[in-house]
Amino acid sequence: MYALFALPLLYIIIFKYVPMFGSVIAFKQFTATKGILGSPWVGFAHFERFFHSYDFWRLLKNTLSISIYTLVASFPFPIMLALGLNYVKNERFKKTVQMVTYAPYFISLVVVVGLLFQFLDPRKGIVNVILGWFGVDAINFMGEASMFQSIYVWSHVWQNVGFACIIYLAALAGIDPSLHEAAVMDGANKLQRMRHIDIPGIMPIAIILLILNTGQIMETGFEKILIMQNPLNLRASEVIDTYVYKVGLVSQALNFSYATAIGLFKAAIGFILLIVVNQTAKKVGQESLW
Amino acid sequence: MVGGTKKMKRSIIRESGSDRAFTIVNYVMLSIILIVVLYPLIYVVSASFSSSYAVLSGKVWLWPVDPSLDGYKAVFKNKNIVTGFQNTFIYTIAGTIINVIMTILAAYPMSRKDFRGRNTFMLLFVFTMMFSGGLIPTYLVIKDLHMINTIWAMLIPTALSVWNVIIMRTYFQTTIPDELLEASQLDGCNDFRFLLKIVIPLSGPIVAVIALFYAVGHWNQYFNAMIYLKDPQLYPLQLILRDILVQNEVKVDMLGDLKTAAARQGLRELLKYSLIVVSSVPLLIIYPFVQKFFVKGVMVGSIKG
Repeated sequence: MYALFALPLLYIIIFKYVPMFGSVIAFKQFTATKGILGSPWVGFAHFERFFHSYDFWRLLKNTLSISIYTLVASFPFPIMLALGLNYVKNERFKKTVQMVTYAPYFISLVVVVGLLFQFLDPRKGIVNVILGWFGVDAINFMGEASMFQSIYVWSHVWQNVGFACIIYLAALAGIDPSLHEAAVMDGANKLQRMRHIDIPGIMPIAIILLILNTGQIMETGFEKILIMQNPLNLRASEVIDTYVYKVGLVSQALNFSYATAIGLFKAAIGFILLIVVNQTAKKVGQESLW
Repeated sequence: MVGGTKKMKRSIIRESGSDRAFTIVNYVMLSIILIVVLYPLIYVVSASFSSSYAVLSGKVWLWPVDPSLDGYKAVFKNKNIVTGFQNTFIYTIAGTIINVIMTILAAYPMSRKDFRGRNTFMLLFVFTMMFSGGLIPTYLVIKDLHMINTIWAMLIPTALSVWNVIIMRTYFQTTIPDELLEASQLDGCNDFRFLLKIVIPLSGPIVAVIALFYAVGHWNQYFNAMIYLKDPQLYPLQLILRDILVQNEVKVDMLGDLKTAAARQGLRELLKYSLIVVSSVPLLIIYPFVQKFFVKGVMVGSIKG
């Protein structure tokens, strides 16, 4: 049995734990010729540089506002969808809604962003064509920094609402039907049953998901942000992850150590948040992850 | 008694009025969600089958206008796109096979109560979900392993997802009875044979769901390809899509021998819509077959492990 387990264990060690220890280069001045162990220590110099840099507050603000916006906007819709579907008697309509709303989850981020570009194009995009009918001047949506975050978040909701509702549908299916029967006998209408039976029934799972997502608040969907970025919207779209990528792998003067320090700062905050949120949830007597 | 039933009957009739309103509101709300999700998809498909002039002049809004297949012809004439397709097929199939094998190998031992140290190993795995070394240290490992600019960079760094290991482990724990193992062990069956002959055949649905999740990940992967691959011959479809859809890099030779700038501009837009359809259709065809297992897969994963 240990022979079976050897390969996955090796994978986890090489591709997860070796990089974790490799992040010591955040405290060193890494140069490729000297390697990770041979490079000289510099203590917290890279962290201090980051905290004092002009970009720091902007990056933190963008990262937090994008993820909090995403968290708030994408929380209620899957629940509404699941509650609604739960009361649909017509199986065909139900299947159709499910089939269609799951579909965007399987479309790649590149294609979703490509769609945004097509629809929001200032000259040919259908959105501006429709606005034109009402005499509104064409808007260069992708170039407006003020609109970046809304475009990002609502296209995220569009893509994920159906798939995210699966878990709530499963939770609703697990509710004891005798509760509903009893409620009907007592003369409760559907709205009352939804409020007093269904919503409490899915509450535990909703709270677990909320905990999970809050713990992930430093994680932005940076692969998507990266392809949506352009010089015009950079003010609102540069987040910690995209910055790490640029400093570490793209810029003219690559700085592995500095990029790693920024990444480590983010990972540490995320880790602490996850623990704090979970402890708080435990204390309040609600569900917790462990 | 009689009065009681009468009262109840009346209340049902009275309530059915508000229930009917509820049902109507519910159907309207769901229909709106349906249209909002569906419309962009329909628009893209319709635009891809229209003529370039119709697309450019904004005549398409629901159904194809002046049906034509010019966009699709341009897609399949393009060498980069065809190579990208082939690469993506290879990465997706090979990558998914590796993923499923690795996931089973990790999940099965950890599902067994007699596997010593399984809690420690589980902690070791789960910790990687909460804290990671980050982009640069991972890149340096891949580089030190000489995987840069090889197919391995697309297959090995993503060989295992801990989340899927948890889902599969929970499935094994809840569906494979201990008695089955005891009986097989009495018959002299070793662990490997038990896994191969009994556990895997009993785990069809979960393997299907997990294989789909992994396949979607590979098919849609662009970031690893962008940082690890240098040779355009190795590029997956998504990278080529990014150049064309997002950065608008459509080379003139992709568009054939069109004379006027307007015609080229039109075909360029048409090509984008057709490309979106062609690149998304393979997954959209597979997923309905696996859809009926989703609930099971998602639910199993949410049980505390």
